[in-house]
Amino acid sequence: MSFLDLIWGPFVEFGFLRRALVGCLALSLAAPPLGVFLMLRRMSLTADVLAHGILPGIAAGFLVAGLSVTAMSIGGLVAGLVVALGAGVISRATGGREDAALAALYLVALALGVTLISTRAGSVELSHLLFGSVLGVDDPALFMMAGVASLTLVALAFAWRPLVLECFDPSFAAAAGMRGGLWHLLFLGLVVLNVLAAFQALGTLMAVGLMMLPAVAARHWSRDVGGMAYASAGIAIFSSLTGLLLSYHLDLPSGPAIVLVAGAAWVVSLVAGPVDGLLARWLKRPHLAG
Amino acid sequence: MSAEIRLSNLTLSHGRRAAVHHVSGQFAPGSLTAIVGPNGAGKSTLLRAIAGLHKPDAGDLAAPRGSIALLPQVAAVDRAFPIRCLDVVQFGHWSRAGAFRAIRTAERAMSLDALAAVGLEGFASRPVGSLSVGQFQRVLFARLLVQDAPVILLDEPFNALDTRTITDLLVLVRRWHGEGRTVIAVLHDMELVKREFPETLLLAREAIAWGPTAEALCAENRLRARMMSEAWMDEAEVCARDAA
Repeated sequence: MSFLDLIWGPFVEFGFLRRALVGCLALSLAAPPLGVFLMLRRMSLTADVLAHGILPGIAAGFLVAGLSVTAMSIGGLVAGLVVALGAGVISRATGGREDAALAALYLVALALGVTLISTRAGSVELSHLLFGSVLGVDDPALFMMAGVASLTLVALAFAWRPLVLECFDPSFAAAAGMRGGLWHLLFLGLVVLNVLAAFQALGTLMAVGLMMLPAVAARHWSRDVGGMAYASAGIAIFSSLTGLLLSYHLDLPSGPAIVLVAGAAWVVSLVAGPVDGLLARWLKRPHLAG
Repeated sequence: MSAEIRLSNLTLSHGRRAAVHHVSGQFAPGSLTAIVGPNGAGKSTLLRAIAGLHKPDAGDLAAPRGSIALLPQVAAVDRAFPIRCLDVVQFGHWSRAGAFRAIRTAERAMSLDALAAVGLEGFASRPVGSLSVGQFQRVLFARLLVQDAPVILLDEPFNALDTRTITDLLVLVRRWHGEGRTVIAVLHDMELVKREFPETLLLAREAIAWGPTAEALCAENRLRARMMSEAWMDEAEVCARDAA
């Protein structure tokens, strides 16, 4: 069996793997650039809070209509927006020191979601919602992931300048007449949509895996926001492809495999990345030492 | 458009603590004014209010919205942000280009000229994270140049800068004054204020003095400002004074 067979074979042979790949590639293009902005705004934790926060809404959708993408997405969207705005309120009320309150918020949301789902569902559905099922992605879920990715890329292209400025120098932006709050809201809306899309494949617990890990890794490959966005998407694509192949060949659960590859990419970036990488730091001895 | 900035009985606060208390007066078009005063005197808050970033609690503030350029305090800007110098300067075109329009070739040339004018020729594609505090402040001054606004607000523009940088940046401030722009700067260095700024507002929550620098900064006024600041408490009484 050639190397190419190892890489292409599974996707040629199995339709469900092709669907999983397409879904993950869609996620990989849109979510990581958002993750870059979350990281730069020091909101990395917020993504996690959102991913857990949507669970009660998804549970409500599930209680009404079972495992229907539409119902769960609408429930999740509502819950996600409530949590996103709630996190903003908490952040303002605590003067930016919101991490404790956010941690409290997502624990409560997770517990509430699991409780709601358990009233009606068995452990199979519960684990589907918590851990996702990349290999079980159906048409509605695939369309949703592709739709969200397209919308996100178009929105990022249009809103790039205000998003960067809002992040870099909000006082200047406001003084120059920019409606910072509006752009921030649009941005949070995109994050909620992407978390929902990722939820279809990776479940609540790992939905932000493909959003944040490539973004954090990308920090070590570029000194420019734009470069980071491209690098993060590249790392996410690599992680999706490699993760799916590993899960197929080694019989691993596919969602965690993808996130683990992204995690490995982060470790490699942290050590070997040209920007603030550990190796680069060790090799650059102080010039008086030699 | 009139670049006059008029305050009438203006009160600004953070929560219940008044930062600026019943201040009236005006910054004449084309004036070059320093705002000085003890820490916590409300200097930055007043500047932010003029820029439209802080809503007045009482009184009126008339300022030419949309034609104001603000230099935020260095601490308010993320200096580690992954962005190139030229891209920072290009944000100065915001009032004309807005959120969506592409930056034109002429505008790009203007940004490069501005970088050269602050002594950073060849820095266009350098990430701001690699700059010293002084170089970073020069980049922000280049952005002000590009903004080309009739009113320029500088919040502690020379903090933590070396003499050479201050001297270079003062040249720009003088140039703006010569071009008839209204320039207001929050400053701490009294010698510099006396040397370079014709007008001074001595602020200690209330306006202790506002006028020609030599008079505003006389010993008596400065003593009053210091005594005011020593009498401050963080949770002041609710203001009972008649608003009139």
